[in-house]
Amino acid sequence: MSKPILVIPCSGIGKPFGSISRDATFRVCDELRPGKADTLCLSLLVMGDDEARRRVASSKCITVDGCPLACARNNVERSGGRVVTEFRVMDLLRENRALKPRTVTFLDEDGEKLSKLLAEEIAAKVDELMEEAG
Amino acid sequence: MKIKPKVGVVSCSGECCGLGTLSRVATRLVLEELRSDQTVTICLPLFLAGETEENNFAKEHPTIAVDGCGKLCAKKAIAKYSKEPTTGVDVEALLKEWGVETPRSRRALDVDGVKTARRLAGLLADKVDEIMEAD
Repeated sequence: MSKPILVIPCSGIGKPFGSISRDATFRVCDELRPGKADTLCLSLLVMGDDEARRRVASSKCITVDGCPLACARNNVERSGGRVVTEFRVMDLLRENRALKPRTVTFLDEDGEKLSKLLAEEIAAKVDELMEEAG
Repeated sequence: MKIKPKVGVVSCSGECCGLGTLSRVATRLVLEELRSDQTVTICLPLFLAGETEENNFAKEHPTIAVDGCGKLCAKKAIAKYSKEPTTGVDVEALLKEWGVETPRSRRALDVDGVKTARRLAGLLADKVDEIMEAD
């Protein structure tokens, strides 16, 4: 089987968008595509951990960012990783204007809905990348 | 009266395991419920990759590093890019001390996980009080 695709969320802690990016990533790695998708600690990568850097350098990476500062994408690229696809929670919000997530610590109903939608999109991309890899 | 700066509570991102989730949830509970008027936070990778404004965060605020595991990313990052955190917690070591198991799910804490997060948040709130009362 091909190497798992690395799905790396931003580590946003101040607004619901970071929570959504992380929650969607966990849905993909632990529930929707276990074994096909994996993640790692963004902080560890940014701190220059050798193992984390080796993993992003040798894997296809999907980044999931909660805000326009794009910490996940920027830090993966700075660490020598190859970002093949990036997801942005803001784009998802624009497509689903009726959903207004408000809570950060524990996602509310709208936050959960957005996380589920995002996770399904990421999972579909994981499938596509795995098929390409054969 | 001297106005004291808010305390920065900085959690590791900890996406790799339930310990990181505990760290983040406990940090948020302090910010939202326990000491909302006395605390602020910052996303750790933004702090690490940020410019002067982000790097000044720990220079302007006394900080508490909340680390999920012994790699201590938050503590090391604050020290490296700004200045030594005022204090910190290694959640992995703390759970061993408490005899509490690591949460199984990193996505959603179960009842026991939330209970542990609240206990951890209480400890962090005490540390906030200690810092605010110092001087």
